[in-house]
Order: sequence, then structure tokens, then C-alpha cells
Amino acid sequence: MQFMLLFSRQGKLRLQKWYVPLSDKEKKKITRELVQTVLARKPKMCSFLEWRDLKIVYKRYASLYFCCAIEDQDNELITLEIIHRYVELLDKYFGSVCELDIIFNFEKAYFILDEFLLGGEAQETSKKNVLKAIEQADLLQENLDFQIRLLPGMISGLLTVESVAVSVPVALVINLIPSERGFILHVLSFWSLDQTKTKLI
Amino acid sequence: MPAVSKGDGMRGLAVFISDIRNCKSKEAEIKRINKELANIRSKFKGDKALDGYSKKKYVCKLLFIFLLGHDIDFGHMEAVNLLSSNKYTEKQIGYLFISVLVNSNSELIRLINNAIKNDLSSRNPTFMCLALHCIANVGSREMAEAFAGEIPRILVAGDTMDSVKQSAALCLLRLYKTSPDLVLMGEWTSRVVHLLNDQHMGVVTAAISLITCLSQKNPDEFKTCVSLAVSRLSRIVSSASTDLQDYTYYFVPAPWLSCKLLRLLQCYPPPEDGAVKGRLVECLETILNKAQEPPKSKKVQHSNAKNAILFEAISLIIHYDSEPNLLVRACNQLGQFLQHRETNLRYLALESMCTLASSEFSHEAVKTHIETVINALKTERDVSVRQRAADLLYAMCDRSNSKQIVAEMLSYLETADYSIREEMVLKVAVLAEKYAVDYSWYVDTILNLIRIAGDYVSEEVWYRVIQIVINRDDVQGYAAKTVFEALQAPACHENMVKVGGYILGEFGNLIAGDPRSSPLVQFNLLHSKFHLCSVPTRALLLSAYIKFINLFPETKSTIQEVLRSDSQIRNSDVELQQRAVEYLKLSSIASTDVLATVLEEMPPFPERESSILAKLKKKKGPGAVSVNELEEGKREGGELNGGGERGDSSAIAGSNASTPSPSADLLGLRTGPPVTAAAPSAGSLLVDVFSEAGVNDDGFLRDLEPPTESSDSLLAEGPGDSDSAPPSVVSEDPATPLPESNELLNKFVCKNNGVLFENQLLQIGIKSEYRQNLGRMYLFYGNKTSVQFITFTTTVTCPGELQSQLNVQSKTVEPLIEGGAQVQQVINIECLTDFSEAPLLNIKFRYGGALQNLTLKLPVTINKFFQPTEMASHDFFQRWKQLSLPQQEAQKIFKANHAMDTEVLKAKLLGLGMALLENVDPNPENFVCAGVIQTKAQQVGSLLRLEPNAQAQMYRLTVRSSKDTVSKRLCELLAEQF
Repeated sequence: MQFMLLFSRQGKLRLQKWYVPLSDKEKKKITRELVQTVLARKPKMCSFLEWRDLKIVYKRYASLYFCCAIEDQDNELITLEIIHRYVELLDKYFGSVCELDIIFNFEKAYFILDEFLLGGEAQETSKKNVLKAIEQADLLQENLDFQIRLLPGMISGLLTVESVAVSVPVALVINLIPSERGFILHVLSFWSLDQTKTKLI
Repeated sequence: MPAVSKGDGMRGLAVFISDIRNCKSKEAEIKRINKELANIRSKFKGDKALDGYSKKKYVCKLLFIFLLGHDIDFGHMEAVNLLSSNKYTEKQIGYLFISVLVNSNSELIRLINNAIKNDLSSRNPTFMCLALHCIANVGSREMAEAFAGEIPRILVAGDTMDSVKQSAALCLLRLYKTSPDLVLMGEWTSRVVHLLNDQHMGVVTAAISLITCLSQKNPDEFKTCVSLAVSRLSRIVSSASTDLQDYTYYFVPAPWLSCKLLRLLQCYPPPEDGAVKGRLVECLETILNKAQEPPKSKKVQHSNAKNAILFEAISLIIHYDSEPNLLVRACNQLGQFLQHRETNLRYLALESMCTLASSEFSHEAVKTHIETVINALKTERDVSVRQRAADLLYAMCDRSNSKQIVAEMLSYLETADYSIREEMVLKVAVLAEKYAVDYSWYVDTILNLIRIAGDYVSEEVWYRVIQIVINRDDVQGYAAKTVFEALQAPACHENMVKVGGYILGEFGNLIAGDPRSSPLVQFNLLHSKFHLCSVPTRALLLSAYIKFINLFPETKSTIQEVLRSDSQIRNSDVELQQRAVEYLKLSSIASTDVLATVLEEMPPFPERESSILAKLKKKKGPGAVSVNELEEGKREGGELNGGGERGDSSAIAGSNASTPSPSADLLGLRTGPPVTAAAPSAGSLLVDVFSEAGVNDDGFLRDLEPPTESSDSLLAEGPGDSDSAPPSVVSEDPATPLPESNELLNKFVCKNNGVLFENQLLQIGIKSEYRQNLGRMYLFYGNKTSVQFITFTTTVTCPGELQSQLNVQSKTVEPLIEGGAQVQQVINIECLTDFSEAPLLNIKFRYGGALQNLTLKLPVTINKFFQPTEMASHDFFQRWKQLSLPQQEAQKIFKANHAMDTEVLKAKLLGLGMALLENVDPNPENFVCAGVIQTKAQQVGSLLRLEPNAQAQMYRLTVRSSKDTVSKRLCELLAEQF
């Protein structure tokens, strides 16, 4: 894989991961062109397209597009499932992930990706193992002090479970753009959402 | 879900992010960001030492700002400091920052490498992984130098944790891709290969990517991996869906690993060991069998994972190309997918079948699906799928089905998407030629192609049909008859006129026996299209006419009359005029013998590969084209385009020898002066502009003596020898211009009309007009004395590299200027690419016996080719930012030479040719402009900012453009203006 981009329906880039050395200018140019090309495609069209000398594999999850560029000999379908597995990982980690989780916790999205893919190749495809690595890392962190901190997953939680919103700046909730309030993922039924996680503070 | 606290949430960061999201406009966002940057800068510079948490928070904010698309030029040091923190989250953020914002600053790289080294030797697997991730993300050569020796050791060490091994394998892969010379596997090779046997599936998954890449480069050293890969694959394929626990994905056991194993096997030929081969064939059969089993889940993830393996297995079967049974089974499987309801599968099946079509074992099997593929071409709603269908039809075409496929492609062309028409045209043209049994079918097909999709028929296509017709006697009569019929259509495409003109000019005699296509009828038919055609086509038709005079002497007087008419012989286009004049002269003074020799039938073209094929391959290599063929195509294509020898020997080309371009095209058509040939419409636009301005183009031309000398020289020197440029442009060494000519040049940077030069004898006035990359300049030479100037000659030269940057054509000027009289001269200018020098104008004449000789610089400066661009404030700043490379900017601070009057400044900036943008710069005193320089080669966007400082009587001028030479030149030019 040469790179992976996450962008919104409005064309805002949410995550970018480059596995080949390119200048910033080139990256911006590629991003601009590709976002435009992919957004112009209709929903029922196929998930693959030829672009320059690369193959683009993309899939839309709610308001977010996940888009990978692979080389000629790479497998399109398995790349499609790489995207899905990454979405599953995000979903499991954040608990019904939505675009806002990725905006406010972008660093986590990068960490999870690094555990899953390295140098553009699958490093660990077991969901359990990837999440275990991330959670171990989370446990390593220093003791929380008493600052009020936003937890990943909380923002989406806030919007549905209003009673939890007590300790959060009101401005933050108001700022949310309506289109982003929807959950990205259909909640996969067998991972029922653990409401307690928002009670950590 | 374990109730771990996953966030070490940084409140300040969250507030900042929500602030940014709250910004109503780009400006507000930039303002907020600048405020934050200032805050962070002051925190980093402050005396108080920051605690780790704050440092992490600010570094994270910088990262967020960078990811929003803004430039970050500080904070690297703080991020590096975080690397040595013993708190994991701080270290992690530090590494993330480094990974995203790689800086080649060598001092920093040393520090980063130090921190990585510490973490690698820490024996803490989490820290080791972080360090390895960082190396894999950055992958720079410096890192390869530092760690390429260490990582293989970590990878194969017995006590390394599995997760670290995984990271080490892929880290090494990344380093190998950037610096293969530094990654030496040597002693480790066999231990790395044996990772394929590792107990941990994750380790195998990661290691196999490394092994595949290494095998591609050193197949022999790694060939033991084949048997290991086969046995691993076999174990996975035969396992039940639950055996592999978490490596089973939607009931498919280890799909990623399976694909990678099949991919690795594609680096090698089929296994020689019978047992291994048998086991592998068994695997492949099992995979094909599984495709027929009912799905274990309705989820698309299940079928995608399963089919990913299936497609990879089919790739391997095609790669081996030795198992007819498997190939046919693969083909049947793909055939099923062709009608699958999933668009993705139809797309992949078409793509994969393309490669199957080139195997001798499966070619016939692929052909059985022709109806389905044709149907896909007609009915698929997604253009990328239709594209695949067209590719497949092209790949499966052979002698037996070529007529059907070509007919289907032709009929599809009528409604095809614009984006793929040109490629379709090329494909049809290639197939028609390749499988032509009788060439009348070929001619019909190509003419149909022109009729249906004339606009997409490139030069290569119609050149090729002419080459083939000329080389094959058996088809010439048919071709003449068919084009004659095609030309009868009331509206026929210009490309048809070109082919028609050429073929009738060569072979019209073959159908002249029929009274319905007698010579005069042929001529009148062609001539009826003449006025609707562009200049290059008209030029071709004129050549066809002179050929007619040779073929049919009875048409001579009619054609001479046409040539003699004002619209030809005084045509404002130099090329057409020259052809008319030369052909007229040639037909009237040359004897029949000379005429017959000069205008004899074109000799056959040397046999060569189709230029169309070369073009098609260049456009996009479809599956069926082998690399070998491709290279050949390139070579042939080059020969074809550069083939000057052809033009030289041909009679017609003789009269076209005014071609300045060394890349003489095949038929010698692109011979007009580049100004008109490149953009005839722009040329005529210019004429309009000038008639409005009161300068009469035609009047000027009437003053011109017909350039008979050039047609004389043609006959005297023989074809191909006449000089390559109009008489008054020479490219000899330039004379030294007058010392004041730079000053004179500067006068015209911001204006187009005025007096260029004046002394006691002579006044030179100038009027000029520019459109796109073309310009026309009128010079008025006024004799201020009462005595005539004799032998008045002017020469325009482009010194040095300017020759390749500007194309300047000047018309000759009257050699005699009476006392008190004025003569004018037109100069056509085409800007090929950006330039810095000015063309030189040398003037020589005798005044009362004394030779006068002076050289000036013609005021042609790069800004003349500006097209103003209006844009809103945020667009301007966005573009300004995009042009942030140091060399893209040129800046000058200079003292005001004139009064700093706003209105005068505005007028000057407008005269420069850029758009003067209001309300863009926050400071109303400043001026900002935007424009695009149009050259033939490229467009160069430029932005300018002029900041006057009235108190100091100084200006600061900043120019940014996409090309460094342009920024520099604009800055130089402008600094003299204010």
C-alpha cells in the first residue's frame, strides 16, 4: 500500500498515512485530486478505480471515506477488508466510533493504524492482538490527575446520553456540526455498547 | 469492552480543536491558528521549564495544525525531548510528531536516532515497538544507516517478543525499499525464511511481506521459501474456519496471510519437487472448489475475503500458465463472476480475464464469454467497469472474432463516455489493422471511425491509414472510391477531408475513369470543403491540388485560377500564401517532366510498427501488452515521429521545407509558422483586435511584395534545401545592443504602445497586443529627414537560449523609406516557455551614403503573456501558501524612483497584466496581484505583493510563482518601475 486517506463527505481530510516518501506539495496535490475524484463517484459504483499508475480502493462508512492506494500487483478485495478491519478496530476501541472521535482523538487513530499496518503491510490482523497492544499502552500511562479530560468515545456518548454531559464544556456540544452527529458505524450487534465507559470521570 | 481509560485526554487540545471547528471562515481559522502558534512559541521560548504534560499537549497541537494543512517550522526540538521521556504517552506523542513531520535536519536526526537506539536496547517491548514504528514510518536513509544492521538481529533473536518481531520485519522491509544496499540479509537469510514456520500467525503475516520483497530481488537465495509457503498455505486452506481463532475473519481462515502466501509463490516458477507441486495444485483446487460452496455468511466481508483468496489463486494459476485444467476452471469461475450482482466482482473478473486471454490454454475459454462482455460494455452503469470490458474485448480479439468485436466497439463509440473515447478509437484502429484480412475492411473501419468519432481520431490514426494505403497497391483504388463517397456527405469531419485530400491527391486517377468521379468532380468536391477547414487542412488541400495538376493536366487552369485568387495568394496566413504562390509558380514555369518528377506518387513507407500501437501503449498498457512489445513500440514511435528522412525525399515536403521544427511530422503538414499552426483561432482573434485598433492587416499585406524568391530557390536548390526560416529572422550571433536599450526596455514593461526609440534620423514607434502565449507587434519606422533611407533592413534575433524560449517571426520590411515617410513591420511572437532575455532588433540602412547600424532590445517581456486572475482573499492566501518553497519566492526592497501616487501605482500594476486584487491584503496600503503566464509549454501562476512605505520612500516587492526563474525575472523587471 502506498498511502491511506480518511476524508469526510465535505472533502475534509481526517487522517493521512503515507508509506512512500513524497514531498508535502506532492501529498497535497494527490490528496486534492483523489478526494475530488472519489467524491464525484456515485454510491453504487465499484470500489476500485485506476488512478495514475495506482489502483485506488475506497469505501464509505457513514460520513467518512476510507481510501487506499495500492500497487498494480496488490489485491483489491483484501485491501477492502483491510479498510473494514481498521474501521472495526476503531469502532471497538472508541465504542461505536464516529467522525468526531477521529477528529478529537486523531493521535489514537494513528496509533491504532500503526499497530495494524506498518510500512503499508498488514502487521497484525487479529483484532484481539491489536487492541491488546493499544490497551497495554494505555495502561502504561501515568496516573490521571484531576483535570477534567475528554475521553474518546465520550463525545458521541454525549450526544445520545445527555445526562453524561454534565462535566463537559457546553460550548463543545453546541459546536458540533449536525451532519457529524450521526454515528459512523452501524453498531455491530455482537459488540453491545458498554455505557459504563463514559462514567470513568 | 474492558473499562480501561483510553484517553489521557488533553483538555487544552480538545478546546483548541473545537475552537477551530467553530471558526466560520478560513480567515478566522487562520487567525485562531496564528494565535495558538504564537502562544506555543512563547511557551517554548519562556524561561519556565515546561512539564512533560504541557510539552506533550503543545506538540500535539502543533501536529494537529500541521495535519490541517498548515506549515510548522518549530517544535521539533520539543518533540525530540519527548522521545526520552519515561512516560509512555509523552514518548508516544513525540514519536508520532517525528513520524509525521520528518525533518531532514541532520542535527535532529542524530538526536532522534539516539533516542531510538535507547528505546531499542531498553528491552521493554512496548518501547521497542514504538521505536520500530518510527523507523518504519520515516524510513530515511540516515535511519537505514543507523539501524539496518541491528534490526535483523532483533528479528531473529530467540528471546524477542512476537509483537516486536512483527514490527522488526516490516521495519526492515521499509528500510529495504528505501536503501536496499544497506540491508544485508546474508547470514540471516535462512532464519528469516523460517519465520514462515513460526507458531504465531501474526509473525508469519508480517514476515511474509518482507520475504516476498526480498525474494523478488534475490530469488535464488530465498527459494527455500517455496516449500515452506506451500505447506503453510496447505495447512490454512484445509483448516476448519474455527481452527485459527482470531485469525479467522468472517469464517474465512487467515485471508490476509493466504493472499500473501499466494503472492509470494508468484515470485517463483512452479515448484520442481513433484510432492510440493502436487500439494500446491491440491490447494488451488480446494480454493476453486470452495468458491462453489454455499457461503457461510451473508456478510459482504465473508465473500470479499473468500474471493480475495480466489483471485490471488487465479493470479498464481495464470502466472504458472502450465496447468490447462486449472486455467479453464479459473476461466469458468471468472465467467460466473461476470454476471454477479456485485459490481466489484464484475470489475475484477473482467480485469483478471484480460490476463487469462493471453494464455494459449485459456484463450478459447475466455472467448466463449464474448456475448457477456459485449453486454457489459453496453449496459454497465459504471464507466470504470465499461473500461475493463473494452480492455477485455481488446485482449480476447483474434482473427475469428475481430469483425464482431470491431463492429461492437464501433457501435459503442457512438455513445461512449468522452473520457474513454480516444482510447477506444486507438484500440479499434489497432485491431482493424492487426486482423485485416482484406484491406478494404480496414479502410472501411477507419473511415467509419472518423465518421463516428472524428474528434477523437488522433493524428497517428489517420497518418497510419495513409501509410497503409500507400504501401498496398491492392487497396488504393478502393480507398480512393470510398473516401470519394465519404466526402459526399454534407457534413464530414475535418479528419475525413484530410484523408480524402491526401488519398485523392495520390490516387484520384484510379477512379477518374468513371464520369461520376472525373478529375473536375473530384477537385470540386474537395474544394467545396476547403473554406470550412482549418489552416493545416487547407495547406494539405493545396498540396493535393498541385498533385491534381500533375495527375490531370486538364484541371490545371481551374486550379491555377483558384491558386491565383486573392484569398489564396494573398492569404493572411504565411504558410497558405507561400504554398499558393509556390504551387502557382511551379505549375506555370516547370515543364511537364519536372512537374512529374517533383510531384510523383509517394514511395512506400518503410514497414514499421503501427504508431497507433505505440500511442495506445503509452496511454495505458492494457493487460495484454507485454513489456517487450512496449519497448519496441516506444522505439518505433520515436523513429516515426523523428523521421526526417521521409519528408526530405518526398516531393511535397520540398515545398514545406520552411518547417522550423526538427520533429517534422510524418506528412509534413504542421508546417505553418508555429503561431498559426499552434492556435489558428487565437491568431484570427488577434487580427480582429488590430482592425479595431485601426491597423489594417490586409492593407499591410498588400504592400508586401509576393515572396517569389522563395519559390525560385525551391526549384533552383531542389526540395528540402531551402532555409528553415523566413528571410528576415536569422539566429546568428547577435550584435551588441545600444547601451540605453535596457532603459528603453523598462519603459515598456507596463505598457504596450509608444515610442521605442528616437534619434535625429529615425523614430521607431511600437504597438503591440498579446493574447494567451501569442503576441503581435507592429513597428513603425519613421524617416525624420527629407532624404530617403536605402537598403533599409531589419533583423530580429533571439540570442542564446532565448531561441528555444521564444519564437519570433518578422515579415520583411520595405527596403526604401522616403524622406518624411513611415513604414511598418509586423512581428509575430510565440512564447514557448518562460524567458528572461529580450529579442534583439538590428536595423541597418544607408542615409546619404553612410551606413547606419543600431541594435535595440525589443520590449517583449515575460509579463506580456500574463492573463489576469481574479480571486477571493482566502484563495489568494491559500495559493500564496502553496507557493512556499524558498526558490519560488523572489523579493526586492528598493527606493522609490517616482512619487508614490496610489493611482499611478495601480495603473502600472494593471499595465503589468495581472489582476489587481482589492480587499485581499489586510493592509489597504499594500497591493496584491494575481495572474497566470501563458506559455506554450506550461502555465505559470504568479502572485505579487507590493508594500509601499511612504515614510521611508521604499517599497518591498514579493513575487511568488510556480517557477523560480519567473519569480526572479518578474521581480527584476518590476523593481525598475516604481
